Amino acid sequence: MSLLEVKDLQVRVEDREILHGLSLTVNPGQVHAIMGPNGSGKSTLSHVIAGKPGYEVTGGQILFRGEDLLEMDPNERAAKGVFLAFQYPVEIPGVTTWNFLHAALNAQRKARGEEEISSPAFLKKVREVAKSLNIPQDMLKRGVNVGFSGGEKKRNEILQMALFEPAVCILDEMDSGLDIDALRIAADGVNALRSPERAMVVITHYQRLLNYIVPDFVHVMSKGRVVKSGGKELALELEESGYAQFEDAA
Amino acid sequence: MNVVAKTETGRALGEAFAVVRDRLPGKGKIADRRREAFDAYERLGLPHRRIEDWKYTDLRALMREVLPLAPLPDAAALKRAAGAVTAHAIDGVVRLVLVDGTLAPDLSDLGSLEKGLSIRALREVLDSGDGELSAQAFASDNSNPMVALNGAMATDGVVIDVAAGTVLSKPVHIVHVASGAAPVAMFTRSLLRLGRDAGATLAESYLAAEGAKAYQAHDGLVIAIGDNARLDHVRFVEDTVDAFNISSATVSLGAHAHFNTFGMTTGGHVSRYQLTVACAGEHSKVETNGVNLINGKQHADTTLFMDHAVPNCASREIFRAVVDDRAHSVFQGRIIVRPDAQKTDAKMMTRALLLSDDAEADNKPELEIFADDVTCGHGATTGALDESLLFYMRARGLPEKEAQALLIQAFVGEAIESIASDALRDVAIAAAQRWLAARG
Ligand SMILES: Nc1ncnc2c1ncn2[C@@H]1O[C@H](COP(=O)(O)OP(=O)(O)OP(=O)(O)O)[C@@H](O)[C@H]1O
Ligand SMILES: [Mg+2]
Repeated sequence: MSLLEVKDLQVRVEDREILHGLSLTVNPGQVHAIMGPNGSGKSTLSHVIAGKPGYEVTGGQILFRGEDLLEMDPNERAAKGVFLAFQYPVEIPGVTTWNFLHAALNAQRKARGEEEISSPAFLKKVREVAKSLNIPQDMLKRGVNVGFSGGEKKRNEILQMALFEPAVCILDEMDSGLDIDALRIAADGVNALRSPERAMVVITHYQRLLNYIVPDFVHVMSKGRVVKSGGKELALELEESGYAQFEDAA
Repeated sequence: MNVVAKTETGRALGEAFAVVRDRLPGKGKIADRRREAFDAYERLGLPHRRIEDWKYTDLRALMREVLPLAPLPDAAALKRAAGAVTAHAIDGVVRLVLVDGTLAPDLSDLGSLEKGLSIRALREVLDSGDGELSAQAFASDNSNPMVALNGAMATDGVVIDVAAGTVLSKPVHIVHVASGAAPVAMFTRSLLRLGRDAGATLAESYLAAEGAKAYQAHDGLVIAIGDNARLDHVRFVEDTVDAFNISSATVSLGAHAHFNTFGMTTGGHVSRYQLTVACAGEHSKVETNGVNLINGKQHADTTLFMDHAVPNCASREIFRAVVDDRAHSVFQGRIIVRPDAQKTDAKMMTRALLLSDDAEADNKPELEIFADDVTCGHGATTGALDESLLFYMRARGLPEKEAQALLIQAFVGEAIESIASDALRDVAIAAAQRWLAARG
């Protein structure tokens, strides 16, 4: 059974169709890259998978391990192992990163019928992960993403991904706003999470990220559809020739 | 000709006052003051929406009448009250319990007080004939009908003195309890005086014994903070959801004095708290903070009047309202900076969070500035929880209610943070958490 299966997905926002029948199959252990011009619907796809309100699914389905994902609340999806690293992570003043992560992790565990994790055990775990991603401790004491630089916000997303150990990770432009060193550290963090059970969907505009996180498949999205799929060499091709050749195909 | 706005209910109360007058402590001058206060109340009657200060809290519509005066608590009443007091006990305080408007010595820590602290029952003070002290306790703004009524009817309360130079080691906690045998009104009046260089923490709680009938708590608190003294004050309104709480506090500060006050309203059907703070000495500092957490059909009104009469004083107000269901929150904050009050630094920020479409919040900040060299500002916002934040939190696994609870805690947190005492801050945090947990 596939881990994640998007079948002929049609999505509207405010009476405008954004995705016009998009299909994507992701199996355990695979890394998929999605590339495509601005406005082609990449973030829309990621939002619909995560369950963001405001999108109307007018056709198709999304299955996660064979279960209908669209029937689930966003928090249920998270507990099942769907993780989205946001293109634009929000700031949550007054809620410390510690507290937030601890509450979220325990909510997920509770939903799965697992035991809650104690504060000391949680602290130990989060400290280790933070260290490996070069995230200073004091950032964890601050409000979630409050006053974080663009790059710090992205690293905080990777931190959460490492902490929650999801089954499917969707990374929406995790490379935007990261300097070269930060990109390498974040990519190392992602690579460390690669495993035969886990799959990644990496949305990016740049081939450079894919030098660090080497994909098994590359998909080109244009105007709400996947217009071409191939191996990692497709990304190089795109870097050379741009998206123009696909605009007509869409 | 003056048209006297006397209501049916006003007349009924007039007869009631005639009946209870002789039961009320304090003769001679005090009795005269009560008469004057009652006349002032009778002229105005219960305040209604056409009186500017009461625009949002129309007691004629909401309360309709003043209930009969509570009888002295009997043994059964004291027993019921004791249960409620225990359930809401705060550790490490000097506890003073007023049951149905009467100080209950057996439930109170009146013995072996620390040096420099004196506590007396208002009733005794009034009956002792200490004219000056009685006058101070009854200092009352008769233009406010509810304060006037409180002055006319107050049966008891506490008179607390903290001697010059004494910094109390324990907070004093006044607990107002309705024992609840019948629907009645309680009228209390208390006075707290801090001498020069003194320091104290005063906590107040309003609560009821289990099964209490719809009651009315009317309290008037008078506070005088001496030069270079500091008072920390917290107030928890945890009345039952059909109760009325109509209270006032009148505070004056000497030079270099500091007043930090925090109020939290989670209980009561209709509550109105009128806080009047006057900076009478230079370089005094006032922090006024408050939180409303209300739902159902609750109505909670905090009306602040901050009076800067002398130069070089600072005041800060942070007020947060969280309003669910059909509840209605009111915050009125008026800051006056009088012509002499140069270098005043006054800021007020009120925010309301509406959790349902039917919830209502009125925020009315007002600045009246008559001095030219001042730093003053105010702001008010009203809104719902941010959907994009909620989605982010849910995408991390938090169920909707839990995500909301974290955001609400953060929202009220800034006001709660202002409580200086760790123990009392924890009490406020716990009260907020209880409220959130009850939301499910
Ligand atoms: N809430 C919304 N209301 C109206 N239009 C929307 C909304 N969300 C997305 N769209 C539109 O849908 C289209 C796809 O947007 P989306 O954010 O998915 O693109 P993207 O491929 O992620 O682009 P980028 O590379 O710039 O991040 C765009 O034309 C966008 O304007
Ligand atoms: Mg995007």
